[in-house]
This record gives sequence, structure tokens and C-alpha cells, in this order.
Amino acid sequence: MSMIHFSVTALRKQLAAKEISPVEVVDALLARIEAIDPQVKAYLHVDAAAAREAAKSADVTRPLGGVPIAIKDVLNVKGDPCTCASKILKGYIAPYDATTIGKLRDAGAILLGRTNMDEFAMGSSTENSSWGSTRNPWSLAHIPGGSSGGSAAAVGAHEAFAALGSDTGGSIRQPAALCGCVGLKPTYGRVSRFGLVAFASSLDQIGPFTKTVEDAALLMNVLSGHDPLDNTSSRQQVPDLTARLTGDIKGMKLGVPKEYFIEGIDPQVDAAVKAAIAKYQELGAEIVEISLPHTEHAVAVYYILATAEASANLARFDGVRYGTRAEKPTGVLDMYGRTRAEGFGPEVKRRIILGTYVLSSGYADAYYKHAQKVQELIRQDFHKAFEKVDAILTPTSPTAAFKAGERTASPLQMYLADIFTIAVNLAGVCGISLPCGFTMPEGDTPRLPIGLQIIGPNWGEETILRAGHAYEQSTGWHKELPPI
Amino acid sequence: MEYEAVIGLEVHVQLKTNTKMFCGCINKYGGLPNTHVCPICLGMPGVMPTPNHDAVVKTILTGLMLECNIATRCKFDRKNYFYPDMPKNYQISQYDEPLCEGGAVTLNLLAYPKDAQKLETTVVDKKVRLVRIHLEEDVAKSQHDEGQSGVDFNRAGTPLMEIVSEADMRTPEEAFAYLTALKQILIYGNVSDADMEKGQLRCDVNVSVRPKGQEKFGTKCEIKNLNSISAVRRSLKYEIDRQIEVVSEGGTIRQETRRWNDVKGETAVMRIKEQAHDYRYFPEPDLLPLNTSLGLRSEAEVLMPELPSAKKARLATQYGVSEYQASVLSSEVALADYFEKAAEAAKDKGLVANFLLNDYLAINSDLSTIAVPAPWFSELANELTAGKINSKQAKEVFGLMVSDNPGNLTPLEIIKAKGFVQVTDTGALEAWCDQAIANGARSVADYKAGKVAALNALKGQVMKLSKGQANPQTVGEILEQKLKAL
Amino acid sequence: MSSQGIDVQYVADLARLRLSADEVATFQKQLSDILGYVDQLQKVDVSSVEAITASAPTSNNLRTDELKPSISAEEALANAPVQSDNLFIVPRMVE
Ligand SMILES: [Mg+2]
Ligand SMILES: [Zn+2]
Repeated sequence: MSMIHFSVTALRKQLAAKEISPVEVVDALLARIEAIDPQVKAYLHVDAAAAREAAKSADVTRPLGGVPIAIKDVLNVKGDPCTCASKILKGYIAPYDATTIGKLRDAGAILLGRTNMDEFAMGSSTENSSWGSTRNPWSLAHIPGGSSGGSAAAVGAHEAFAALGSDTGGSIRQPAALCGCVGLKPTYGRVSRFGLVAFASSLDQIGPFTKTVEDAALLMNVLSGHDPLDNTSSRQQVPDLTARLTGDIKGMKLGVPKEYFIEGIDPQVDAAVKAAIAKYQELGAEIVEISLPHTEHAVAVYYILATAEASANLARFDGVRYGTRAEKPTGVLDMYGRTRAEGFGPEVKRRIILGTYVLSSGYADAYYKHAQKVQELIRQDFHKAFEKVDAILTPTSPTAAFKAGERTASPLQMYLADIFTIAVNLAGVCGISLPCGFTMPEGDTPRLPIGLQIIGPNWGEETILRAGHAYEQSTGWHKELPPI
Repeated sequence: MEYEAVIGLEVHVQLKTNTKMFCGCINKYGGLPNTHVCPICLGMPGVMPTPNHDAVVKTILTGLMLECNIATRCKFDRKNYFYPDMPKNYQISQYDEPLCEGGAVTLNLLAYPKDAQKLETTVVDKKVRLVRIHLEEDVAKSQHDEGQSGVDFNRAGTPLMEIVSEADMRTPEEAFAYLTALKQILIYGNVSDADMEKGQLRCDVNVSVRPKGQEKFGTKCEIKNLNSISAVRRSLKYEIDRQIEVVSEGGTIRQETRRWNDVKGETAVMRIKEQAHDYRYFPEPDLLPLNTSLGLRSEAEVLMPELPSAKKARLATQYGVSEYQASVLSSEVALADYFEKAAEAAKDKGLVANFLLNDYLAINSDLSTIAVPAPWFSELANELTAGKINSKQAKEVFGLMVSDNPGNLTPLEIIKAKGFVQVTDTGALEAWCDQAIANGARSVADYKAGKVAALNALKGQVMKLSKGQANPQTVGEILEQKLKAL
Repeated sequence: MSSQGIDVQYVADLARLRLSADEVATFQKQLSDILGYVDQLQKVDVSSVEAITASAPTSNNLRTDELKPSISAEEALANAPVQSDNLFIVPRMVE
């Protein structure tokens, strides 16, 4: 095991003890990126010189001092490009820092580079990037999941110690599951969204990708907290999330929703998650069967509400103030129509049209307002469940990574890849995905990671991290290395 | 057939705040283009709005002043349409849960145009009901060139109140009075300077005509590009005449937006109402709903000023000024405040009101910019009341005091410098009276014949002899006695 | 509510997206499929939720009316596709 395989926690110990220097760390990581990223294509942009420069002056006494972190291309980093993997933002240089970026800087982290994603975070495979698709470090023929596929692949491939992503319907947890790493979607309002290019504002949250659960807690300590620039960010107290990772979860009540073990779920995923549930029982947790009856409608609700918000959020990309503009427009309408037609990819256009439609006159009541009410029922399902249990265990994704190109023809099939993660965003609660096994290699399909999702109530990050950590400590999945 | 007009007004008012609605950029008119901007008001990717506390409180205050219902819970919505002056291509506004609903603007007499104040048809104290008041953000300003337009986002994001009236007005004069009275209240509450020339108050007019007695509204037209209250009146006059002419000749009114041309004094078609806008309103997910019961309403209540009607009544009773004087004084809060300071030490408060409203207005039409220290009014009035100077002298002192006072002399200093003293010594007065009677045989005869006015001629003589320093009242008394004794 | 009801061309115009005829045809089919799937929501009974959604919040996160630094015109215009004389330039807006 070399330096690049360290967890952030392990790396910090070495840095603090001056066993290694931040410059050595950055060099090792840059060498790794140079060696394998041409195949994985996790990064869109790596500023090696700036990272080396930052390493020289890194203050290793700070919480993330000298630790390089990769950033999904959806966050504004002052002076850096931020394209959201879209042609329409080609050439845009961010004039300000996202709040989370400021927090990383304050914690001493080194901002290493920008990771690939589905255009404007719309997708589940990172095949919707205008700059080419990212591949899964466990099998280059497979997708890494999405939309934060670049961040997941970078951490999964040990091209990054940790990364930031954004999760609107599973965009952190699903790729984390598919790439064999840890991904956490915080409670809505826990982490400031200021500076995150919005997809669906009422569902978006920024969260970490890490190699271990403890690292996720460490990053969440840095990222969490009220931000006056985000009106929806909570003033709720933030506990020290690393403090209670004792490994002891005796008496914890864990719910298993019957609706999440449905037909269509891959038998190997089903088996791995059930084995994890058995492991929890062994660790002293009490397993309780629960019901989340409205989950079956989550995908439908999501594709109405998320696209509606997106249709407005993406209206600002019009070629007036930033980004690209169509050549020689003949008038304002022509400028808008062609700029947006040329700048957006097909999935983004599809969702803008859907979202515009469900809000349009005559349809808003039947679609948008009705979906909001079903969302409320989904939220109530979770709140009722959390009266009985501390956390909920489910698969993160119904299948392991699928082959590149396999689902691009059917948007609806692609949407169903997020069936287990979407309800969490709709309810606003928190969730984490962590490795819980692998598929059996079969034919040309290699061994692929499987993810376990632990869902917690509002402000329940401490609980899901504690549960995840206990499981991780008693298994060795997170120690497995990808073939690359 | 007799027709009547039906008029409704939609007014956008820029709030007087330090900063914009959703960012900390300065809320200031003018400036070099794109210098009062930041990533938030430019709608850069990833930015989020944070609402301005004072803008919310001032909107609630406006609602309180206009007797609206203040919502306990309200929310912001996105109004979606594309235009280059819209940073995000949606406007953050309020749709189905505005801050204020209902309420009314009362049309007091002085709010009407001068020439309409005397008309019998003018309905005094008519209440024009309001539909709602909501809070939103302003758009950018653009300037148009050959083939291209330039956009300046300095104004983008300025807090705007949209005040929507019911279609309760029937004449251009009522629309004029509505705007005047509304503007007066806005200034009273210090919520806006409401200067139409600076675009701080912008007005869209909806007008239709119908046969008198008919309940159903006619087809309405909207008039844009109105940048003064008198333009609103004149454009309405033109537009109502136009519509009545069309309708009475059997034609039909087309629903359209018309532009007022102030130079030509006419409205012209701007655009025919295209298919209804599809604004796709939905709740702004970047903002929490507001709960006004958590302090916001009570903060506005504390700021509640004495309103014009209450002030008028109080000035009349407290200072004994006439009702007309009280309404003029209360028409502008700055003027009323000045008057109260000016009259504070005066024994005869009405005298101060006269100086201010009659004598000062004769010199200067703008009452809001008096540079004279207010206590001087009391000083001058008290000299007059005490009989130390006569009213003619007082007028002269007043004139010097307000417009020709290089030494910045107080009224007392002016009186002294001018040597104004009123002679009340009866010995001297009697001598002047005897002289006047001796020289004015004709007047004496007239007086004796019953022409009481002849006394004035004799009085004038005495004043002349005294070089204006005799106390006219005493002179009158002495003359009368002497004439009776003749 | 009919899932076949979407008029892709009309909605694309509203969204200021100039689609090719091919795109219109493809999206018409795909969106009809998606809307067909979404139609499942119509059978969900939502009569119990009306009252809950309109609750008032327990705090107002408002900003005090204090100036924060603006950026320079140069920074503001740094990303502009076309600019001149400190202004963002667009084709002439027609009224
Ligand atoms: Mg408006
Ligand atoms: Zn600003």
C-alpha cells in the first residue's frame, strides 16, 4: 500500500507527524493521476502548478491541512473554470468562491482539480458530460454512476483522497456505491449551497466522497453549518461528528423497508445488502421491519419537481452575461434559441422541456402542485418511520455499475437507477452509501462494488456515520483496491 | 349615450433602503454602468438570494399605512420569462401569498389637480380599494442603439413594491389624486422618495369605457411610458376620449398596450396583446417563506407615522389654524414638521401659518426647502402680536428675513436695524390726528355725513405723518373720539 | 391530464430552446413515455396533505440592510460574450 491509498485520517497523522510533506503528497497524487486518469477520465481540469504551490505553504495543523481534495465541476472556485460539464459554460471563470470552497480553504485543504459529471448534474452515469464520459475504476467498460461520477471515480481509483459532489436525487450515493467508496448526502440545510450551480434548489445538497466513514465525518465537520448567504441553510447546532465513532451500536434500532427489496433488484445486490443487515444484527442492532409506502412514487415526483426547478435555474444560461453565445444572432430571440440549443446537451434539454411543461398554464395543478403533495406524503412516511427506528438500511442502487452505453437510449430506464436514493432527497433527510460487497465476476463482467445505503432522520448525520463506521470496522470492503 | 371610464392602476415603487433586495450592493440611482453589482445581482451561476430585512418591514409598513391585511405567512415565487434585463430570466416576486392584501387609498381634496378641486363633480374622500401589495426585485436598465442594446445591472435587484388597485377610478382626475395621495403616504412613511422622474414610482394604467349604468367592464387597454402624474392624467383623458369615440361609432376596442407620447399628447399602439403570458409561477425554493408574526410586523408598527388625515385634524385643533391651512400644512410631512417648530413659541399660531402659507408662498412656491430657522417665525409673530411693530412692517421684515438677509439677521435684529418702532405715545398721536383733521376737511364732512370709510383716509394721513410708525389701531380710536366730539 | 398532451414545440419556445425537427420528434416520444410513467401519481390520494404544507416557518433568515462590497465593472464584465462601454451588449431588444 502506497501513500496514495491512505485515508484522509491516516494521511493527516503522517502529515502532522512530518513523516511526509504536503508536497510529497501532491506529487504522488499527480503521478497517479498522470498514470491512470487518461483511462478513468475522472478529472476535467487539474492545476498541478497551483496544487504544488499550495502544498508548499500548507498548514498541516489545520483540520484538512495539506490534504488535496477534488471538486465536482458544479462548484464555483474563484478564478477557476466551472463548466458543469456543459458547453454553454465554456470559458466561464468563477468570480467568487462557493461557501464550501471557502470552508475547505480555511481548513487548509489543497484544491486539486475539477471532476467530471453529468451536464448540470443531470444523469446517473456521467455519460451526459460534454467533455466525454468517465469510467469506473473497477472496470473501464462500466460507468461510474452519476452525476458526480468524476468525484466517485477519482476517490475509488485513489486519484483523490476525498472529493466534493452534489446530490439531488442520489448523485453522491449512487456513484459512491458503484465506485466502491463512501458518499454522504447531508440533511437538506446542513451544508450551504451558496456557489453550487443549482439543479433543483429544494433538493440539492453538497457532500463528501471519501474512502472511509471516518473521513466522511471529518469532512462533514468542515462543511456543515449555517451560512447567511444560503437562506435555506439551518441554524441547527453541528455536533463533532468524529467524536462518537466508537464502533458500538448496541441497541440501535435499524429499519428495513419492505418496499426496497423489490422485483428488479439484482439478486447479488439483494444478497449483499441482506448480509449487511445480518451483520448489523450480529453487532447488536435491533432490526425492525418498516414501511415507506409512498416510495414507489418517488421517481415520478422527482422528475416533476426537479425538472420544474431546473427549468428556471437553467434559464440564466442565455449568452448575455457569461458563457457561450451563438454566432451572429439576428435578434434577442434568435440569440436565446440558438445559444441554448447549441449549448445544452440532449438530457438537459429534455429536462428543461419537461420542467417547463409541468409548470405551464393549465398543467401546473395536475403535475407540479399534485407532485408537491405526494412529496409531502413521502416526507411523512420517513418521519413516521423515524419515530420507530434510528436509521434505515436499504440498497443504494438496484444494480452494480452497468456498461457504458447500455441505458443511454432510454431516459426512463436511466431514471430508475436512482429509485432507492431519490426518496431521501424528497424527504430532506440524510443518507450515506458505503461498500458492502462485490458482485461475482461473470463472463466479461468483472467484480464490481455494491453499496449499502443508511438513511437517517433530519440532522441524523451522527447516527448514520456511527452505524456506517461500526459496520466498516467489522468488515474489510473499504480496504479492497481496484484493479487499475 | 353617456359613457364612463373604468380605471385601475398598477404602481411599482422603489423602496428606500441602503442595499438591494437580495444582495448587499448599494441601492442608488445612477452611477457608472455595472459598478453597483455583484455575482448575486448579476445572476451568476450558483448564487443565492438573501432577503433585505428593511425592505420587508417597509412593505409591511406601507400595508399598515394603507390599512391592508398583513399576511402572517407569505412566500416568494419565481415569475419566469426571458428578457436581457432579467439577470436570472426569472423575477423573484410574490404570486399567491403576497405580504399585503386589501386596503385603500383615500382621495383627499388637495390630492386632486388644482383646477379640479373646485369642481362639483370631484368626489372628496373617495376610497380607492387596493387588491394587494407585494415585494419583488427590479430589473436592469437598458439603452438602445442602432442594431444593439446595452444592459446596465446597477438597478437590477432594487427592492420594488407592486401596489395594485381595484378598477375603482372613474376619471383621469381621480387617477391623478390616487397617485398624489399614494405618493404622500409613501413619503410620510419614509418608505420611498417616490420620484417619478427618477423612476422611483412607475405606473401602468388600465382603462376601459362602458355605457353609464352598465356593470360589465369594457375591453381594457394598458398605457405605458408614463413618467409624471400629470402625464397619467393627460394620457387617460386622451385615451378615454379615443375609446368613447370608437365605441360610440359602433366600433370595438382591441385589447392592446399603448404608449403615451408626451410631446404629441397622444397614445399609440405599442403591441397588440399577444397570447397570454405563461409565467409559470412556482415557489422560490432558495427562500424560506416569511412569518411576519416573528417580529417583522411589530417592527413596522413602531415605525408607523402620524398619517396625513390625523395630522391635519391635530394641526387644526392644536394650533387653531383653519381647516384649509391644516390640509395644506399636512400635505407634506416636511412642511408640517417645519410649521410645528416655527409656531412653537408663537402666541398667535395662526399668524405663523399665515406667514408660511401666504407670505412665503408669494415668494417661493417650494415650501419644502425653507432655509430660515423655524424659531424666527415665532419671534416675528410675537413682535407683531405685542404691537411693537405693525403688520406692514412685519411683512417687510419677513421679506428681508427669507430672501434678502446677507447678515443672517434675526427678525429682532432686522427690526432694530430698520429702526422700526411703533409709536403708541398718545401725545404724539393726538397731535398727528389733530393735524390730519385740520387738513382733511372733506373727509371730516364725509364722515359726519355717515360715510364711515372716510375715516380710513384720515387714518392714512396720520400714518404718513408718523412715517408709518403709528399704531393704526390706536390712531383709529383717537380719530373716532375726536370726530365725534367735533 | 393526458400524457400525450405535451406540445414539445410550444414548450421549447417557452423555454427558448430552438429544436430541430428531429429533436422535436425524439423528445415528443421520450417525454410522452416519461409522462406516461408519471401519470401513476394521479391515483395517489392527497386529500390529507392540504393543511400541512402552508405552515409558517419558525424563523426568518433575513439580511440586515448593510452594504457589502460590490465588484468592479471589469470583474462584472469579465465573462461577458460581448461588451462595450461598461455595458453587456445584446442584439437590439424590440418592443
Ligand atoms: Mg411586478
Ligand atoms: Zn449585488
